Amino acid sequence: MRRVISVLLENEAGALSRVAGLFSARGYNIEGLSVAPTDDPEVSRMTIVTTGDEQIIEQIIKQLRKLIEVIRVTDLTEGVHVEREMVLLKLRAETGEDRAEIKRIADIYRSRIIDVTDASYTLEVTGDGQKVEALLELFDASQVVEVVRTGTIAIGRGAGGM
Amino acid sequence: MKLTGAEIVLRCLQEEGVDTVFGYPGGAVLHIYDALFNQDRVRHVLVRHEQGAIHAAEGYAQATGKVGVGLVTSGPGATNAVTGLATAHMDSVPMVVISGQVPTALIGNDAFQEADTVGITRPCTKHNFLVKDVAELATTLKKAFYIAASGRPGPVVVDIPKDVSAAECEFEYPEEVHLRSYNPTIKGHSGQIKKAVQLLRSAERPMVYTGGGVVLGDAAEELTELVRKFGFPITNTLMGLGGYPGDDPQFVGMLGMHGTYEANMGITHCDVLLAIGARFDDRVTGKIERFAPHAKIIHVDIDPSSISKNVEVDVPIVGHVQSVLADLNQVADKMGTGDPDRLQPWWEQINEWRGRDCLAYDRESRRIKPQYVLEKLYEVSGGNAIVTSDVGQHQMWAAQFYHFKRPRQWLNSGGLGTMGYGFPAALGAQMAYPDAAVVCVTGEGSIQMNIQELSTAKQYRLPVKILNLNNGYLGMVRQWQELFYDNRYAESYVDALPDFVALAEAYGFKGLRTDNPADVEGLLREGLAHDGLVFMDLIVDPEENVYPMVPAGAGLDEMVLV
Ligand SMILES: Cc1ncc(C[n+]2csc(CCOP(=O)(O)OP(=O)(O)O)c2C)c(N)n1
Repeated sequence: MRRVISVLLENEAGALSRVAGLFSARGYNIEGLSVAPTDDPEVSRMTIVTTGDEQIIEQIIKQLRKLIEVIRVTDLTEGVHVEREMVLLKLRAETGEDRAEIKRIADIYRSRIIDVTDASYTLEVTGDGQKVEALLELFDASQVVEVVRTGTIAIGRGAGGM
Repeated sequence: MKLTGAEIVLRCLQEEGVDTVFGYPGGAVLHIYDALFNQDRVRHVLVRHEQGAIHAAEGYAQATGKVGVGLVTSGPGATNAVTGLATAHMDSVPMVVISGQVPTALIGNDAFQEADTVGITRPCTKHNFLVKDVAELATTLKKAFYIAASGRPGPVVVDIPKDVSAAECEFEYPEEVHLRSYNPTIKGHSGQIKKAVQLLRSAERPMVYTGGGVVLGDAAEELTELVRKFGFPITNTLMGLGGYPGDDPQFVGMLGMHGTYEANMGITHCDVLLAIGARFDDRVTGKIERFAPHAKIIHVDIDPSSISKNVEVDVPIVGHVQSVLADLNQVADKMGTGDPDRLQPWWEQINEWRGRDCLAYDRESRRIKPQYVLEKLYEVSGGNAIVTSDVGQHQMWAAQFYHFKRPRQWLNSGGLGTMGYGFPAALGAQMAYPDAAVVCVTGEGSIQMNIQELSTAKQYRLPVKILNLNNGYLGMVRQWQELFYDNRYAESYVDALPDFVALAEAYGFKGLRTDNPADVEGLLREGLAHDGLVFMDLIVDPEENVYPMVPAGAGLDEMVLV
């Protein structure tokens, strides 16, 4: 089962490695991890994408709550939520044909071209995991120079906060 | 008035009521040692190795229930402390360990005696802090003591760079600290407590299984009340011994790998299992699918992550064991404990299992049987000694044959299984209770892991009684090799042992030795009556095994009996 877990934690040195250390020490999977401060600079939000059966997910959540610096843990997958990921994609674009094709695809995916050279295009694309994967699949390895992904971030739907 | 960081450390310790600190000096903590020198409320015990300091602080904490305090220098001082921290972490012992660190400006520069102490100790502490500003020192120490002692207790490291202990600041000790991200649940959910009592009063084959949490949570009284009220059989884990009187007829002995036949069979056949302050450790459960397979399980623990970690439970109750047990007692008084006659067949069954006499051993042997020594120790000490142990066969025999009557009487490293724990822990306990009989049950392998602490015992005149069950082998290792590796005793023979009696005498202590069963009782009487440290070297049967034994991976009911 894939789960998206949102964690609010004190923005303190060492807090991130406590969380990362927990996952490695207990052998839990991390498929994605993104961290940044929230509107309150003393608090960071971490979004963790992980997999495991129900019992493992329950343990992950309990173990996260046990960390002294963790303020709140929510399994967003339990409710309706929105996921987003941003990808920066640098593609070889040497021939006119390639350049036209990339632009077409970029349009279809509502992605922006943010850097251009005479040999490359760099696209910025935002979407949920599926959209991002679908876009990446359109290009074969020989065309791709570099892929940079932020990892998933997510938020619950509705008026309430975490 | 402004104080230096070092002075603040001492003031904080005083405010916390700390009377004893176990430590070892070095460059990064020199300011703190200087502040220590200039006051007389906190005494310092100078160990001979930092591992010894942490185990001694642990023994002190486990024996008293207070927070144990250690003080070590940066780099090697801190790394030497790691085994002690991991030991305390596994057994949830409340501790604050203060370590020196290189000056803040040098951190990260591979400075002399620099180690990333918070990085190294992160996974083996409940929490840790690096204090970068003297203004935060007092609050951080307050937090450290609060975190160490509350919730599920554990060790907390406070790493203090040398410039921070030199810097000056106004001192004010906070009355209390509030951490928005840390609020342990104390009170159990009342609905769950009712559900639990309902299950208990209708149980026909109940078992109570309690662990170190009852000892740590000072809940022995409430537990005893509950168990007697219901008339249920009770078993303890290794760490839980003493949480219920070991000489009580309702007590069926320890459970688990070297548990009694009656305890393990009771678990296997019970219909309701009440687990309190225990964590379903693999040494306790054996093969998980065969653990209490017919039981509805009620689990009381202060740590939510302990619940349903290894075994799925039916009625989880998160809360402080003392508070939850008090509530269980109250609700049981209202709802009633059920018809006592329904338990008759179950007790008959248990007594039949008891009749198997699973701890029997050869009483006719010409060699000293280690079990006999422990039986005699129990007798000679009136069952009243504080007993520490190391790790191995002697530890299991002590657990099986010394019937601990009260909590905090039995100190050992159950979770991490640290050889070398026993002797320094005994020193810590003796510091706390100078007049108590403190016995360290050990083996010739384990005692040598921290034997340098004999020197500490000499310096502080600590009259610990060392009982060395000398079988000439790393006995527990040899036992596994005998049973599972076809008698190939790879590196489990401790060749070249010192003459322990002469060694003790070299420190000015008393040394006693015998290999004759007829002399055991007299030797123990002489040793326990001596007013200083005694090293009792008992040459025991080299190939005696600990039974019953549940082989690794087997179910509790598949134990090997003699
Ligand atoms: C620090 C450490 N190293 C290794 C072990 C593995 N170990 C467990 S029991 C044991 C043998 C202990 O021998 P001894 O102290 O003589 O006690 P005995 O089993 O003979 O009673 C060993 C080596 C351990 N528990 N701790």
